[in-house]
Amino acid sequence: MMGGMQKSLLLHGGVLVVLFALQFVLPAYHHGNLARIMVLASYAMGYNLLFGYTGLLSLGHALFFAAGLYGMGLAMSQFGLSAGIALMVGILLGALVGAVIGALALRTEGVAFMIVTLMFAQAGYLTVLYFGAYTRGDEGFVIAQADRVLLSLDLSDPTVRYFAAFSVFCAVFIMCYLAVQSRFGKVLIAIRENEDRARMLGYDVARYKLAAVVLSASLSALAGASYGLLFGYVGASFASVQYSIFPLLWVLLGGAGTVLGPLIGTLFMFYLIDLSSGITTAYMLIAGVVLVFLTLFAPQGLMGELRRRVWRWLP
Amino acid sequence: MSLLSAKGLSKHFNGLVAVEDVSLSVPEGQVRALIGPNGAGKTTLVGMLSGRIAPSSGAVSFDGQDVTVWPAHKRIAAGMGYTFQITSVFPNLSVLENVALAARRKVSENRRVIETVNVALDRVSLLDRRSEVAGDLSYGHQRLLEIAMGLAQSPKLLILDEPTQGLADGEVAAFNTLIDELRGNITVLLIEHNMDVVMQVADFVTVLDAGKVLFEGTPDDVKASAEVQAVYLGGGDAAA
Repeated sequence: MMGGMQKSLLLHGGVLVVLFALQFVLPAYHHGNLARIMVLASYAMGYNLLFGYTGLLSLGHALFFAAGLYGMGLAMSQFGLSAGIALMVGILLGALVGAVIGALALRTEGVAFMIVTLMFAQAGYLTVLYFGAYTRGDEGFVIAQADRVLLSLDLSDPTVRYFAAFSVFCAVFIMCYLAVQSRFGKVLIAIRENEDRARMLGYDVARYKLAAVVLSASLSALAGASYGLLFGYVGASFASVQYSIFPLLWVLLGGAGTVLGPLIGTLFMFYLIDLSSGITTAYMLIAGVVLVFLTLFAPQGLMGELRRRVWRWLP
Repeated sequence: MSLLSAKGLSKHFNGLVAVEDVSLSVPEGQVRALIGPNGAGKTTLVGMLSGRIAPSSGAVSFDGQDVTVWPAHKRIAAGMGYTFQITSVFPNLSVLENVALAARRKVSENRRVIETVNVALDRVSLLDRRSEVAGDLSYGHQRLLEIAMGLAQSPKLLILDEPTQGLADGEVAAFNTLIDELRGNITVLLIEHNMDVVMQVADFVTVLDAGKVLFEGTPDDVKASAEVQAVYLGGGDAAA
């Protein structure tokens, strides 16, 4: 009989192996989809760190995703930096925006925190539109294929792109897996469960929460910057409120506070919309009904439900 | 030498005086009880001592340092252990993880964390329940769990806010034994309604009434004091 630790390693390692192997068997269409899903799932994992583990519901994560996307995109289009450096600029910008917004928004709690983060993200969206001369607003701008080269690999090539998306996913996945089982992660869970008690055990709750926001923002920015680089487009729609709601939905569906949840949720939602739109133009109706059923029968999300019923050891 | 002392502590809530000019000094190793009728300001006073409530005026010093402006978590890290009046554990986490969270602040090595946890849980007789979910424990056991969380931090001062409230007789007796075992090793500040417990375990008693210190003395002095009796009997809030 294996212990929970070994089973969990086996399961999470297995998922990575499957994702890696899928590129050799998937038809082109699904191959491209999965690359997209892995990057978006990285975004969801960043979101999950704050929402699922620390218990802070942000409605403004599009700001961090967009900070990565535009930090990367503008560094290339305006300053002519290479893809690798631009990627770094995107992540750093996300971390910086996270630190500033975190320091301000964490002065509030609960519903007020949701509203403040939502407002900051809207301000970010409007900023993108305001500086339309550089960002080209809603229309956005394309990153030329010739520039999308990292370590002399052409990121627009489907095979390379899949591998790059897989690498980003792997990095974020392994980091989250280790983080939530570390002392740091356990304190975040303690804050989620009972903030007052965590404080009265001597933990500097405010500092942990700020660290969680910065880390979550950095991972979201990494996902945003990668998305722009891999798919060659930077546009204001990624800064809109829709992209703040998406990670919340993905995480809720997949299971908040589980390492695998964000991937499962993103995958599920992506194909739910993809398949139902093949059946009818009223695909949002089908998606909506499925979502309602899921919230009714698996309120803790797919992985959350699995943990509750079968795999108690799931991190 | 006094481990914890308060000088002229006051707290006003929008003109309402909750605590007025309270000074007290708890020497190292003492089991000090803080008693008083409901609304006497006990919890507000302890809130100021532990840093949960900012005082309107006055100063607190702990272990030779002025901690008046320190946030609560910093005081805890400096060696105050605190249990809430209303039981406050991590209900969805295991008993083990509850105490481990307390232990991990000071100890990092995993093996030593588990050792510390086991010792603390053994002290309150919860060792055989360590893999249960904390929220599934009975009320009395949750109170004991909270005390174990305090002990796991090996504090210099353990502040217990009404620890025996809602405990069965047998559990109260076990609590008294626990305090007797701790006596001399750590300093205890005990806010307590149960007079039997106070009489049995306290070395020294501070009586608070209407936000002020009414009386200080040994349990026997308190029992003999006409003033204290008047407050308790006249206030219509006799001890349980």
